[in-house]
Amino acid sequence: MATEILTPNAITMANFKGRVEPDWCPGCGDYGVLAAVQKALVELQIPQHEVATISGIGCSSNFPGFIETYGMHTLHGRSLPVATGVKMANHALTVLVTGGDGDGFGIGCGHFVHAMRRNVDLTYLVMDNQIYGLTTGQTSPTSRVAMKTKTTPFGNVERPVNPIALALAAGATYVARGFSADQKHLTELVKNAIAHKGFSFIDIFSPCITYNHDNTIPWFRPRVKKLEDNPHYDPTNFDAAMDQSQLWGDEIPIGKFFECTDVPTLHSLEPVLNSGPLVHQSNRIPDNIVKSFIDELM
Amino acid sequence: MRHSFSIGIGGAAGQGVATPGDIFAKIFSRRGLHLNAYNAYQSIIRGGHTFLTIRTGPDKIPTTDGRIDLLIPLNQDTADRHLRLLSAGGACLYNADLIHPGTSADGVQLCPLPVSKLADISRNKVAQNTLAIGAALSMMGVGFAALESVLEEQFRKKAQAVIDENVSLARAGYDYATQNFKPFAWPLPSTEARYAVLSGNGAMAMGGAAAGVKFYSAYPMSPATGVLHWMAEHAREAEIMVRQVEDEIGVINMAIGASHAGVRAMCATSGGGFALMSEGLGLSAQAEIPVVVIDCQRAGPSTGVPTKTEQGDLWQMLGAAFGDYPRVIAAPLDIADCFKLMPEIFNITDRFQCPGIVLCDLLLAEGRLSVDPAEIDFHPTVDRGEMITSNGGEHAPYLRYKITDSGVSPRVIPGLPGYTHVVSSDEHDEDGILISDAYTNHAKRRAMMEKRMRKMEGIAASIPPPQLIGPAAADVTLIGWGSTFGVIDEACELLREQGISANHLPIRWLVPLHGEAILDILRNARHTIIVENNFSGQFARYLRSETSFVPNGHIRKYDGEPFFPQHIVQAVKDQLAGKTTLSIPAHEVMV
Repeated sequence: MATEILTPNAITMANFKGRVEPDWCPGCGDYGVLAAVQKALVELQIPQHEVATISGIGCSSNFPGFIETYGMHTLHGRSLPVATGVKMANHALTVLVTGGDGDGFGIGCGHFVHAMRRNVDLTYLVMDNQIYGLTTGQTSPTSRVAMKTKTTPFGNVERPVNPIALALAAGATYVARGFSADQKHLTELVKNAIAHKGFSFIDIFSPCITYNHDNTIPWFRPRVKKLEDNPHYDPTNFDAAMDQSQLWGDEIPIGKFFECTDVPTLHSLEPVLNSGPLVHQSNRIPDNIVKSFIDELM
Repeated sequence: MRHSFSIGIGGAAGQGVATPGDIFAKIFSRRGLHLNAYNAYQSIIRGGHTFLTIRTGPDKIPTTDGRIDLLIPLNQDTADRHLRLLSAGGACLYNADLIHPGTSADGVQLCPLPVSKLADISRNKVAQNTLAIGAALSMMGVGFAALESVLEEQFRKKAQAVIDENVSLARAGYDYATQNFKPFAWPLPSTEARYAVLSGNGAMAMGGAAAGVKFYSAYPMSPATGVLHWMAEHAREAEIMVRQVEDEIGVINMAIGASHAGVRAMCATSGGGFALMSEGLGLSAQAEIPVVVIDCQRAGPSTGVPTKTEQGDLWQMLGAAFGDYPRVIAAPLDIADCFKLMPEIFNITDRFQCPGIVLCDLLLAEGRLSVDPAEIDFHPTVDRGEMITSNGGEHAPYLRYKITDSGVSPRVIPGLPGYTHVVSSDEHDEDGILISDAYTNHAKRRAMMEKRMRKMEGIAASIPPPQLIGPAAADVTLIGWGSTFGVIDEACELLREQGISANHLPIRWLVPLHGEAILDILRNARHTIIVENNFSGQFARYLRSETSFVPNGHIRKYDGEPFFPQHIVQAVKDQLAGKTTLSIPAHEVMV
């Protein structure tokens, strides 16, 4: 790959402006997430061609179409395995995975757990609106108990998944929660998550203005409390992170719950990648190795 | 008639059937003999019944045929099941301390080995196996030195004492047989040739490696797990990234991700795993990201019979994933072809940016065949298709899905400056922008559909039409696909010896199908019979749907075991005599 010489701050918001305007509802939380990601990439000065943005299916999964990078709009729930394949084949790329709570914690939950235990070096941004939006308002894995939706007209009876606790339990090495209406804070988290070497996960409250009338921006605003505002909070303490993950109600913590930097990333554990990204390696096997393969059979 | 010799070794799973099989295979191939081996086994780790057949001879051995010259039962059950099938000239070598042979045909030599007298069985639990190998080679007229060197290799990671013990056990068995048993009438010949012994799974893995696969993902599933095992064992030397993934959905999507990032990617599974992959297959086609999937068929539906063979997945492959999309499906004809097909299908999937399916089955995947090492070519042509690899300064805005006459739009591998774009599972325009949601546009949808489907013409032009094997005019034309190649080949030979001229039309490329070429051949045939290892005649129905061709008859088998040549010979005779148009041969032995 050609190395580009970049002048300081040569990369601006214009570089990441998508070819089409987002088609999200006016007032959708996802706009705030898109802007935070674009700002984070500008602040980190990562060229757009070195970024792969990979999504599943759903409102928030339309994200790659609205940001100028190498984008992939895959199948419902399958963004993480696709992204793992991309990262394994070219670990020089910055890999961002975007999607919603249905995509990540419902249909894709199996992949979510395994991508975390593998510590794949990517950043997973879940725009969590606690509802299925693109299918016009059904209950989601993070819908709260008693919430009324088209599929729970008398109130949801199933308890929601706790994405923060789940990520901690599955071995994610960076776990955070953001709020799309607090863009400055979210941008810092995204920058931090991209800089983290390993699986970084941010569960982002990104309220659905059309179908979720319970968990709205005004509902969240007085409740969210930044972990960073507590001088005693230590994000390297797993038990403390687990404790904070259990809070929900008048006070809901946001910010970096946990980061651990001593777990090697998946690609760093692969000797096959010692000579550089797979995509730049030769696809011919040396004759002496071939001979040894055939000799085994003789 | 081709001269061959077959050994059958049977016992409970865990009794060590595989090791003697490997030892015999090595000795035969090093004598310059061909071989074909098939292991009938059950889905059990300890117990049950496992029966390995190795057939060897100086000429190519296209199939095993159920006939046994030498039976080595490691337990009573095996003797009870198989001894009655031995005919005059055959022999049964058994542990006289444990096994009481029943009645056998006249002229069958019963060879009891006094195992407790020849070995210290309190220390060596598999002493009977080693003694029997030694005794067998003596009776086959093979010098002891060949066995000694193979045993040394087999146990080379163990202490010298282990090697010495096994060599002396084998020697004891060898000498005992020389003194007490009658040698076979046909001493095993030798030739100057030397063969490699491959399983289909090993061959497909190596074929993938030769094609330049850099990423392999899989979830363990019989009978495809052998591909994963080969890949995992050789990953570091071959510089291939190998991943065991949480499920087959993850498997294919991970392979698609790796392929999108620019490397050749492959995965393998069986019917059940393939069912989970089918949505991913549609993604490959729609996003135009090549991927190769191997399906090693086993007897279905559902969990089915995990350790038994069938050709029952064809319609799953034809219908996998919804919507119309370009795909290529090929069925290797034998184990050597399992290797050869891989670079060919990779070139097609790369050139046409579509999914490719290798439709194999347990018979080939887990069988063994002698292959000339010169056929294991690690320098095949590699055609990655149209790709933009350098940014070359100023250029027109890049259109990932540019509409072209061939339907192929040049790919860009992520990382190249100036070519960022979005690939999508949603319908999109030439620029990759979604037209499925806010921007639905029927003209663009139609153009994109036609662009993708145009690739099928290019694929058809890239694959050879099937060829008739044998005389142009024959009493009967047998049509098969994939793994029945060997058994039909030998059946034709046996039919000719019995005065019935037969030819054979093997189908290797299933999609796209050269329907016109097939019709040109079959139009002139006197009597056509389609042979396949499934219940409903899946290929016959497919051929009819593509060409309107209806054969005179069918030979089918769906009991989990492969065809033997004599099954086909008898069925052809019955059908030519007008007795039936659908033959379903019964398998002779419970394995």
